[in-house]
Amino acid sequence: MSSPASKQIDTATLWGGKISPLSISYGKLMMWFFLVSDALTFGGLLTSLGFAKFSNPETAAHWPAGEEVFTHLPFTHGHYPLIYVALMTFILIVSSVTMVLAVEAGHRMDKKNVIKWLVFTVIGGFIFLGSQVWEWSTFIAGKDGILSTWADNATLAHNPYGPTLYADFFFFITGFHGFHVLTGVIFNIIILVNAIGGTYERRGHYEMVEKVGLYWHFVDLVWVFVFTFFYLV
Amino acid sequence: MVRDDIIEYSLDGHHSEEDGKKIRKKIWQVTAILSIITILEVGVGIAYPKQHAGETAWFFIKWGYIILTVIKAAYIVMVFMHLGDERKSFKMMILVPYLLFILYLIFHLSYEGIAVGEIWNTYRK
Repeated sequence: MSSPASKQIDTATLWGGKISPLSISYGKLMMWFFLVSDALTFGGLLTSLGFAKFSNPETAAHWPAGEEVFTHLPFTHGHYPLIYVALMTFILIVSSVTMVLAVEAGHRMDKKNVIKWLVFTVIGGFIFLGSQVWEWSTFIAGKDGILSTWADNATLAHNPYGPTLYADFFFFITGFHGFHVLTGVIFNIIILVNAIGGTYERRGHYEMVEKVGLYWHFVDLVWVFVFTFFYLV
Repeated sequence: MVRDDIIEYSLDGHHSEEDGKKIRKKIWQVTAILSIITILEVGVGIAYPKQHAGETAWFFIKWGYIILTVIKAAYIVMVFMHLGDERKSFKMMILVPYLLFILYLIFHLSYEGIAVGEIWNTYRK
């Protein structure tokens, strides 16, 4: 027969921690696991870009450099190599910063600042998406810059800038990333609405902002690699 | 709404107004670092395009880009995503499997790609 504990164990002997050795909530843990798998998907896309270049010496010799293809700026006609892509990179980094400021405000239960920074983040996301639409249409239009002349347009089967594979990888990698940005903006809008409605105020913490923030930073992180391995190298 | 039947980790992230000031300062510092690196990369890309840079110069520029990118990624993951503030066991749980798999993938695809390219070069004539 077991008997009830008669001896009190002092707190120094007793493990003072909580249950999880990771000291992290379920939602945050699962978001990190998802991001690891998603990062492997993007890793697969970028390494296959490397494989395509290494295994086709003839193709790689004609592979265009980013400075030759992406030379346009909206509303201008000059020659500005990579400037707009750099601007897009910068916009995404800034929207990542506003997101981390929203998370920080959430840790202080500062509802007003959470809303303010989340609004900036959503705006940054929309600017990036619009930029990508513009970049795609400029890329598809080809060297003459006119969308309706199909002979000169970039498609999955034809590419005026160089090897067809270049256009294929451009559409696939930036498209897959752009889809992630779109999802991120939708998530940001949902938590913005919740924050305005006071859902997290009532819950007692703004961890949902932190979890969606992880996803948003990940989107920025992926773009850093896309920028290097697709546009620069 | 506080429930006492579940262990709550979500409140662990809370901090005071003074800590918030320090954290914001750090955030702006990291922002400056990330911006400077991006400007540097674009500047090099415009000043030394691949077509005009020599083979040796391009080798160093290319690896410079890759190193700068990894530095940027480390700042984003460790500061913006707060992985640097998590427990060590969790940090290892995320980083070790990912690095293991991605290095494996990079090694195999580049090694195999180069081998296929060499065979292509040798036998196509």
